[in-house]
Amino acid sequence: MSHQIDIEKIRADFPILSRKVNGHPLVYFDNAATSQTPKAVIYAIVEYYEGYNANIHRGVHSLSQEATDAYEEARETIRAHFNAEKKEEIIFTSGTTHGINLVANGFASELKVGDEVIVSALEHHSNIVPWQMLCEKTGATLKVIPMTESGELNLDAYEELLSEHTKLVFVNHVSNALGTVNDIERIITKAHQKGAAVLIDGAQAAPHIKADVQALDVDFYVVSGHKMCGPTGVGVLYGKEEWLTKLPPYQGGGEMIDQVTFEKTTYAGLPHKFEAGTPNICGGIALGKAIDYLNAIGFETIAAYEHELLTYATEQLLEIEGVKIYGTSKEKTAVISFNIEGIHPYDIGTIIDKLGIAVRTGHHCAQPIMDYYKIPGTVRASFSFYNTKEEIDAFIQAVKRAKVMLS
Amino acid sequence: MSNIKEIQEEIVEEFEMFDDWMQRYEYMIELGKSLPLIDEQYKTDENIIKGCQSKVWVHADMKDGKVVFTADSDAIITKGIIAILIRVFSNQEPQAILDANTDFIDEIGLKEHLSPTRANGLVSMIKQLKMYALAYQAKK
Repeated sequence: MSHQIDIEKIRADFPILSRKVNGHPLVYFDNAATSQTPKAVIYAIVEYYEGYNANIHRGVHSLSQEATDAYEEARETIRAHFNAEKKEEIIFTSGTTHGINLVANGFASELKVGDEVIVSALEHHSNIVPWQMLCEKTGATLKVIPMTESGELNLDAYEELLSEHTKLVFVNHVSNALGTVNDIERIITKAHQKGAAVLIDGAQAAPHIKADVQALDVDFYVVSGHKMCGPTGVGVLYGKEEWLTKLPPYQGGGEMIDQVTFEKTTYAGLPHKFEAGTPNICGGIALGKAIDYLNAIGFETIAAYEHELLTYATEQLLEIEGVKIYGTSKEKTAVISFNIEGIHPYDIGTIIDKLGIAVRTGHHCAQPIMDYYKIPGTVRASFSFYNTKEEIDAFIQAVKRAKVMLS
Repeated sequence: MSNIKEIQEEIVEEFEMFDDWMQRYEYMIELGKSLPLIDEQYKTDENIIKGCQSKVWVHADMKDGKVVFTADSDAIITKGIIAILIRVFSNQEPQAILDANTDFIDEIGLKEHLSPTRANGLVSMIKQLKMYALAYQAKK
């Protein structure tokens, strides 16, 4: 049951939303690139550095204990949020890209010539390149799930790609360029039927959809803190215990060892095996606070409100002549990727920035999607629960003005 | 024909006439329309300037000891930017192009009003124009 969102109260939680840009009130519609930060998270960062900044896990002194407790408490918050079975299955990373590389590196010793890995046509470059590198290293073959005109994955084609040679499947939960929500339940079930493991890139889903890793039965799920109201430079890799135990460590260093001699080093247990060096302690603690913040509003409430914004913005935008929206899947998050006929997306982005509106333009690190549509890029407006219909009105006015100037 | 310094001063004065950046962008779009367009045969991948988010093609010819630039872009504002640069550097001797500084860009505040990627593109454009001048200077 979703509740009405108290938009004024929420906006007051985000100090940045009251600033001006180029003389206009900021309209921040680049949430898919990075989300803004509520006071609860900002204060957690300040409190950490003012009150108990210390290195964790090894210190005997009180400050170190306090920092360790807060960091491990954040890990528990994250475990509960994603409904992982064990805390040891939650690995702190620097972000989604780090999590993906950690898994790709681990699979280097698992794959051989003749094995196949499957990736989707809707991926961010960071969920393509590490797997290409892995295939180069191991001699495995990379297969691609094709996309359709509406920006969805062709899952019948996916099932045909699956075989006993398939070892791994990597798909994003939500496409960053188009907002498509992929049917990951079906993707995971079908992969498991062939004995393949599945990594889901949850970076774009995390701020909108609460993923239950046990219900999904997913092998790996990766997210970035900064897209879910947390700070940059911190993220999470969930991995099933059996997989994390099997995969070799990614980086060597402090924290990840058990015993070190020059003859042999034994590794620490999970999760420390994958957390070499001093981690982003403050970032991890702040991410825990961000997740608490989102859960206090409620993901159903967030989804319902963002859907309202998406519907409203889509209707308004389509009234402008020459607008074409890319990604028209029924299941999508609050992302609109569009172009206006005859106008370069960069030009639109530049002009509306002068009117205080922040959107993303370009290929959104998803060139294969742009190649599919044969376009250089799009303008992408992505909404969050702290945005309003009034902001959408300002955005529509700005786009109209840009269109007149650029036509 | 004015020298590079004089043209730069002219441009700075023109930009000072406008109150805000919306008007300046409108002016840049106008300037883009007067860009000496590159011949279609030179719109090749080799002539695309690297480092720009939108496509920018530049070609140079030597006429009576002076370098003559033509260009095009798929984005209108980028077209305006390259038009400004060509107005400064075209029809000048190679050595004059190589010696010229580009402080006028800071004076009109163009760089800070471009996105970081576009500002990098601007630097790439200037570099490419100077490379052509260097090539013609070496051929002399």
